[in-house]
Amino acid sequence: MVGSPRLAPATDTLRRTALFERHQAAGARLVPFAGWEMPVQYEGIRSEHLSVRTGAGVFDVSHMGQIETSGPDAEGFLQHLLSNDVTKIAPAGAQYSVLCRPDGGVLDDLFTYRLTDRFLTVTNAAGHERDMAWFTEHAEGYDVTLRDCAADYAMLALQGPGARTVLHQLTEAGEPPARMRVAAARVAGVDCMVCGTGYTGEDGVELLTRPEGAPQIWDALVAEGVSPVGLGARDTLRLEVCFHLYGNDLSEDRNPIEAGLGWACKPDTGFVGAEALRGLDPPERLAPFVFTGDGIPRPGNPVLLDGAPGGVVTSGTLSPSLGIGVGMAYVAKDVAAAPGTPITVDVRGKLRDAEIRAKPLYKKEED
Amino acid sequence: MADESYPEDLKYHPEHDWARIEGQEATFGITWYAQDTLGEVVFFDPPAVGTTVTKDQSYAEVESVKAVSDVFAPLSGEITAVNETLSDSPDRINQDAYGEGWMVRVALSDPSEVEDLLDVGAYRELLANDN
Repeated sequence: MVGSPRLAPATDTLRRTALFERHQAAGARLVPFAGWEMPVQYEGIRSEHLSVRTGAGVFDVSHMGQIETSGPDAEGFLQHLLSNDVTKIAPAGAQYSVLCRPDGGVLDDLFTYRLTDRFLTVTNAAGHERDMAWFTEHAEGYDVTLRDCAADYAMLALQGPGARTVLHQLTEAGEPPARMRVAAARVAGVDCMVCGTGYTGEDGVELLTRPEGAPQIWDALVAEGVSPVGLGARDTLRLEVCFHLYGNDLSEDRNPIEAGLGWACKPDTGFVGAEALRGLDPPERLAPFVFTGDGIPRPGNPVLLDGAPGGVVTSGTLSPSLGIGVGMAYVAKDVAAAPGTPITVDVRGKLRDAEIRAKPLYKKEED
Repeated sequence: MADESYPEDLKYHPEHDWARIEGQEATFGITWYAQDTLGEVVFFDPPAVGTTVTKDQSYAEVESVKAVSDVFAPLSGEITAVNETLSDSPDRINQDAYGEGWMVRVALSDPSEVEDLLDVGAYRELLANDN
């Protein structure tokens, strides 16, 4: 047996977050991820996943980057770069958008927060430096100040149906912010920006704080019974609710329309890429699917439609909540639009039966 | 998961597979180290009885939530039995790698290949050098 190359040993060139020692002490399996040495799992992906679906889990997502935009033209500048309508971000609000090339190819997907005197944009670790360069290149003619502030923040995601209760116990004043809102708060004695956002499909928050304060918050959360959760479960959680992962489901070779992110693109704002996307009706769309029999889909697996090449899997795993193989694939538009359509996935030579589904693949039971 | 162990009576392949040799037949599985590296096994794709396996070549796949790994044959031969219970309970590979987590039973085509395998001391040394 050989370990997967994805479990390759870490090298000393990798960066470590402020919580690295906490991960080691918790018995995490640490792996290289976008230049960082990050915990992929602690107890096990399945149990961590379920702890977020049923209780509360905490993720170290300090590898994610931040770019601060301030100055008189800050809003106009971001409107020029980001696909969504930045003017619609309420005070202390948040918004999802993508960063496009002029031809519509996706450079990254981002969350932007409107703070009192500036905007804060959260980037993916792998794209951060490129995003920063892209922002800087396009700043000419705008009266803005851009700051790469990735090193200023540690970032923790506290997610799950129990997340707010735990947060409330550790917060000195005020209610946790509503979804897509941000508020300043002191959590476990540490000043934070508390954001009502996440990547799991559960209620919860993301906490931005100075790196030195992060271990204190982590310890307090764990003492309250919150489970440490690694990047492995972060991936299965987001895939069950069909959130995109840049590098898998989004890339420079795909535009946001085919990725199903047309809702986050407002061409009338004139953002970079808007003209390429206006009225675009790409032949393929990203669609969720489930396996109806054995097997686990993996990125890169070919999709067959009636025996002929019909697309490619971009994300795939075993869903811990559903107990079956699930994934997302780019397939013909009419197939993507017809949940229930049978497809076949070629998993390393074995043909596996699957079925197109609607988003999300996992839905909380209504009670 | 079970505690780390490497039974004395097994022979080991450097790709972290074990063989329990009984005359002209052998049982194969993966070692404690292999299952620990992989994490929780959620899927075992067994080969068919009657399939020929070749030393150092993949004969099956095990998958964790995160990753796929090939399982290599420590010896050559023909599969006479597969552990069907692993289809429903692949976690047995984690719980009992040398017992209920066995994978296949093989009629050996060249028992002299056993000489190439490692005894427990040599395998433990290999693990120590790898880490």
